Amino acid sequence: MQTTHEMVVNLGPQHPSTHGVMKLEVVMDGEYIVDCKPVIGQLHRGMEKMAEGMLYGQFIPITDRLDYLSPACNNLSYCLAVEKLLGIEAPERGKYIRVIIAEMQRIANHLVALGSWGLDLGAWTILLYTFRDREMLLDLFEMFCGQRMTLNCFRVGGTTYDLPDGFVEKAREFLEVIPSRINDYEALLTKNPIWMTRLRDVGVVSAEDALAYGLTGPNLRASGVKWDLRKVYPYEVYDRMQFDVPVGSRGDCLDRYYVRIQEMRQSCRIVQQALDQLPPGDIMVDMPTIALPNKEEFPNNFPEVVRHFHLLVQGYAPPEGEVYLGYENPKGELGFYLVSDGSGYPYRLKIRSPSFINMQIFPKIMRGAMLADVIAILASFDPVLGEIDR
Amino acid sequence: MWLYQFFYQPGEWARGIYQVMENWAVRIGMGIQWIQLIDMIIVAIILIAFIFLDVMFLTWLERKVAGHIQVRHGPMRTGPHGIIQPVADAIKLLFKEPMALPGVDNLIYLISPLMMFVGAMLIYIVIPFSPGWVVAPMDYGLLFAFAASGLSSFFVMAGGWSSNNKWSLLGGMRAAAMTLSYEVPLILAAIGVALVSGGLSLVGIVESQAGMWNIIRQPLAAVLFLVASLAEMNRGPFDLAEAEQELVAGYLTEYSGMRFAMYYLGEYTHLLAGAALFTTLFLGGWQGPLLPPILWFLIKIHVMVFVYMWIRWTYPRIRIDHLMAFNWKFVLPLALINLGVTGLVLVL
Repeated sequence: MQTTHEMVVNLGPQHPSTHGVMKLEVVMDGEYIVDCKPVIGQLHRGMEKMAEGMLYGQFIPITDRLDYLSPACNNLSYCLAVEKLLGIEAPERGKYIRVIIAEMQRIANHLVALGSWGLDLGAWTILLYTFRDREMLLDLFEMFCGQRMTLNCFRVGGTTYDLPDGFVEKAREFLEVIPSRINDYEALLTKNPIWMTRLRDVGVVSAEDALAYGLTGPNLRASGVKWDLRKVYPYEVYDRMQFDVPVGSRGDCLDRYYVRIQEMRQSCRIVQQALDQLPPGDIMVDMPTIALPNKEEFPNNFPEVVRHFHLLVQGYAPPEGEVYLGYENPKGELGFYLVSDGSGYPYRLKIRSPSFINMQIFPKIMRGAMLADVIAILASFDPVLGEIDR
Repeated sequence: MWLYQFFYQPGEWARGIYQVMENWAVRIGMGIQWIQLIDMIIVAIILIAFIFLDVMFLTWLERKVAGHIQVRHGPMRTGPHGIIQPVADAIKLLFKEPMALPGVDNLIYLISPLMMFVGAMLIYIVIPFSPGWVVAPMDYGLLFAFAASGLSSFFVMAGGWSSNNKWSLLGGMRAAAMTLSYEVPLILAAIGVALVSGGLSLVGIVESQAGMWNIIRQPLAAVLFLVASLAEMNRGPFDLAEAEQELVAGYLTEYSGMRFAMYYLGEYTHLLAGAALFTTLFLGGWQGPLLPPILWFLIKIHVMVFVYMWIRWTYPRIRIDHLMAFNWKFVLPLALINLGVTGLVLVL
């Protein structure tokens, strides 16, 4: 007798819309999902182990490769954790520059998230629009630190570079343009019945579930939990900024979309305020044991040359102890757990990456959804495989 | 004079040429059936050449339209504004190795792309390009057009089924489900037009639109036909059978080289045929002032093709159950209402 039976499909790793090399083992009954098992590890680079053989400062470029769509935020989180371990704080101007760049990075990240989400649902055009606007941000980053993707722009104790001439003006230009562009996206998507029906009541995560599974970032706030580390435990200069924390109510894909759109607008507000308040002064903490010497002066100054060599070879040794600090990344709470044994190398580094923890809930919410929903839900969580596999 | 007749009295012109050939055949003592056969072959070659050239142009147009909608240029390097890009594509596809997975249903796998293309081309047989320029002026042309169009969708399913790939299978099944459900409102919308025009002959339908196009007499039917034809042609936002982001490439996943190209050509042939059908049914076919009828017809079908492309590059893809619900709960009742109202008005 012929019967129907369930079909196992490997969604990925070579699939156009798994946002990298993720594999979802999907059991399907027709178009419906019976079971879903995420299989990860194909981008594993052993970052946590690598950190144990690196000076504290040497690990900063590796954090760029965590969530490669928001490298500045990763840099910031890591630098703040090491600074806490060392017991130092960046100077005022350095803090402002960090906040400006990190919030711009948040906008850039959400632009990519939105664009690739649109692409995954078949709205190709939105991808090109968001990338056009992200280009302006990348130009600003290039102006600031010479890199567009892997910025590597913050240091323990401050930033690498001061804002170059003309940066503030260009940033203001961007801030004038972007709100109307966000309105354009809303005109293309929010007012589009197909987009709305594709997202409404799809992948619903209740507030309890969101907390139980440890979701963070926009995905948590979309479920109605008002939890933003920038507000709850203000770091850097966020306590001086006026901004709202957008929250959703139903916890479906549509709420996650709204939250991201609103967060872009709020980030614009923060950048605006930070640019207004930007104080003059140092960008790097004034401590010879941590800050590198000035590159223009030191070749003619022998003690400085020795100090430079010393810093690059031995680094700085924080006191013995351990620290865990999590900060609000575009994708959620990126935490670094650092154990110091008093040497220049961390004894242990553990990365709590938001995409990895957010992904836990996939099997639960994918069950009963349709194949097309799997793509929508996956994109709505905005995972980045560099961060999931580390 | 000859040129004037070609453009403005194409029927007489064609009949004149046929007459000349017939006289010549009689003079050299050739049977009349042979000259008719030669005639048919010539017409077929002209028609296929037109379809191929236009479809090549459409692949270029699609890239340019998509590019300009998406704030980029599209192809620019191959010739002025990338106009010979289709040639480059064709050469690339010709040199690709046609591969097949083990375990494919070989015969169906091989003939499906061809048959899909043929099915789409059959529609052109009944399309009146100009007064007197129609390959087969059938009395039941509309019915034939839908039959041919449905046939090409069938081979999408066959190709997906025979590829021995799960994604292809899903794509093929989606194509079948979509064709089954959207064929109904498509035909119902067209029947409204047939009622108004008083016949299923496409030539008759075009001639009945002199003075007033059917898009004014049957606006609802026109909208429904547009929507249903999008689904029938597997084009965005209803391109579920291909659905790159969901099904990798749907029914096309395992096709490569010229077989892939045949599917691709078939899809664009179908697109052009859909635009031609819409033009014939609702935009008055070759009717129009001043310009020659053939130009009017070409302008109208390319405007329609542009509209189809515009829709594709603006909307996200719809989900399969929404698609079905939209059809059975919205499009079909409206089509029935349209048909009923049209009938009532005609009776009264």
